[in-house]
Amino acid sequence: MITGFLAAAVRIASPLLLAAVGEVVSQRGGTINLGLEGAMLAGALAAALAAGGGGAEAGLLAAAVAGLAVAAIFALVAIGAGADQIIAGTAVTLGAVGLTGAVFRTAFGSAGTGPTLPMLEPLAVPGLWRMPLIGEALFRQPLPTYLAFAAVPAAWWVLFRTRWGRALRAAGEDAASARAAGVPVRRVRGVAVLAGGLLAGLAGGSLVLAQVGTFAEKMTAGRGFVAIAIVVLGRWHPVGALAAALLFGALQALQFVFQAMGLDVPYQLFLMLPYLLTLLALAGAVGRVRAPGELGRGERGTGSGER
Amino acid sequence: MSAPSTFDLRPLTTSALALAAGLVLLAAGLAAAGHDPAAALGAMWRGAFGSWYAFTSATLLRATPLIVIGLGFALALRGGALNIGAEGQFYAGAIAATWAAFQLGALPAPLAIPLTWLAALAGGALWVLVPVVLKRRFGVLEVISTLLLNFVAEALVSLMVQGPMQEPAGIYPQSAPIPAAARLPLLPGTRLHAGFLVALALAAAMAFLLARTVWGFRLRAAGAAPRAAELIGRVDAGRFAGVALLASGAIAGLAGALEVSGVSYALYQNLSPGYGFTAIAVALLARGHPLGIVASGILFGALEAGAGAMQREAGVPSVTVYVVEAVVILAVLLADARGRSTPAVAGA
Repeated sequence: MITGFLAAAVRIASPLLLAAVGEVVSQRGGTINLGLEGAMLAGALAAALAAGGGGAEAGLLAAAVAGLAVAAIFALVAIGAGADQIIAGTAVTLGAVGLTGAVFRTAFGSAGTGPTLPMLEPLAVPGLWRMPLIGEALFRQPLPTYLAFAAVPAAWWVLFRTRWGRALRAAGEDAASARAAGVPVRRVRGVAVLAGGLLAGLAGGSLVLAQVGTFAEKMTAGRGFVAIAIVVLGRWHPVGALAAALLFGALQALQFVFQAMGLDVPYQLFLMLPYLLTLLALAGAVGRVRAPGELGRGERGTGSGER
Repeated sequence: MSAPSTFDLRPLTTSALALAAGLVLLAAGLAAAGHDPAAALGAMWRGAFGSWYAFTSATLLRATPLIVIGLGFALALRGGALNIGAEGQFYAGAIAATWAAFQLGALPAPLAIPLTWLAALAGGALWVLVPVVLKRRFGVLEVISTLLLNFVAEALVSLMVQGPMQEPAGIYPQSAPIPAAARLPLLPGTRLHAGFLVALALAAAMAFLLARTVWGFRLRAAGAAPRAAELIGRVDAGRFAGVALLASGAIAGLAGALEVSGVSYALYQNLSPGYGFTAIAVALLARGHPLGIVASGILFGALEAGAGAMQREAGVPSVTVYVVEAVVILAVLLADARGRSTPAVAGA
């Protein structure tokens, strides 16, 4: 049972981790992208549309492109024009809900049932997957899970070991100073947001191709927002995001364990728990790490010094 | 967004253009998808404004929660806080109002109804209290905390209607119908309830508060330029933001009560089809001006009511309307960003 629990936890955590790692990069640059939910949803639909004809791998590719496109709209408004990030992100998600719903109903009829799609098979790492307890969870998963785990060190390296990463973090902490030091603030922020959108699209695609096997309207069900919570809980660090995503996955998977044990705990409590935990963590109960200085401020924080 | 003078028509023009952009894009999208745009938009118009019944029972009915929540969002915004958690506060208010309705059902309606409102105001305020405390004590961004609590509220409603507040037969995930004394009177011959009048009164009260009282002036100052307000006006800007956030939560809670006591007569899951998010568009289109919010609320109510008719008559998915709403918001943001020379401040 523990093997199954761990495998379920990792499976649930994978799309959250993909999206969260991208959002860590965005937020380190000072941009909070509430359009993440929309990018994920667009990725999910694109995966469903492309996988029907081109197979699961084509679906995953289409998902990444769709996520990128949604993030580009957000970046255009929030970074290009310097509009309020929160409102722009909310609008982008709203638009993605409408557009994916309309396209889905046009393509598959309004009955609400999506097509049955080819799925990504688990890839077993020879030998390792037979390890007791964690073998199934870590070494016999579909491709997106490995991508999610690989994204963690990749993001860490980019953020903390490259010049670009340093420029991005400078833009995220104090845009005016970064600009004075020659950092093209808007450009690095834009690239970070696009990367985040790409990963969020992949996350949506993995939801369809590695977990559910079909598309349904609003199927991301707030996972994009959960990813933002994970970024906060993970204290704006890729490794922290990994830990937080696994925690979210474990809490959700616990629900199945309780059910299997016949314990009658209302499932809604499991739905609430991760959010309450994040709030608690935000209150500083577990640390003193603060948000990037420019987070959510956009152009407001870069100009006159007001606010 | 600077506070425009009485004679500045530019924001109004921008809003109108943004709306036009949304509708033109809708027509183009419909044509591209093989629908007849004229037929679809015609159905939309009839569904929203085609008859007295459609206007009251679809458009104004749908506009009511949007106006109320939009007013709350705008109040917080002008005080310098972003409340993305109206959806959760709406549900907290709906739970409180439903609970109160069952406790007070024996009272005469003129007593029972205001008391359910009071319960809902308290419920909504309570729901936003955690973000306010987190913001004041620990500097936590209210955007994140209010957003997180939306999910907790949705789970809580689900828990309530499948647990302590489920209807007696225990079959459906909803509460029993609330007592007649707690239900709002309807406009004869329509489904429009008295909550619409509450929305209008609230808008008038807020317009007065913001424009004509010292408190309103201080709130706007605190929201527009917190540091200046603190240094020059000796206004505790953080405190004003907190109070504005509390008030906006209470108002969103009230919207939940109006929906339960005027429309659904019971607590459901998915009582709100995303009112808390659409209301952001409503407030934004009106630039946070209370009377403008009434107009833009009716406009968005018409859009959503018309979208339903468009689906029934022309087979166009009603969710398409969300794309129009998104385009309107983004167009307003882009236009405002273009039109300003100094960095904008959140809201106002």
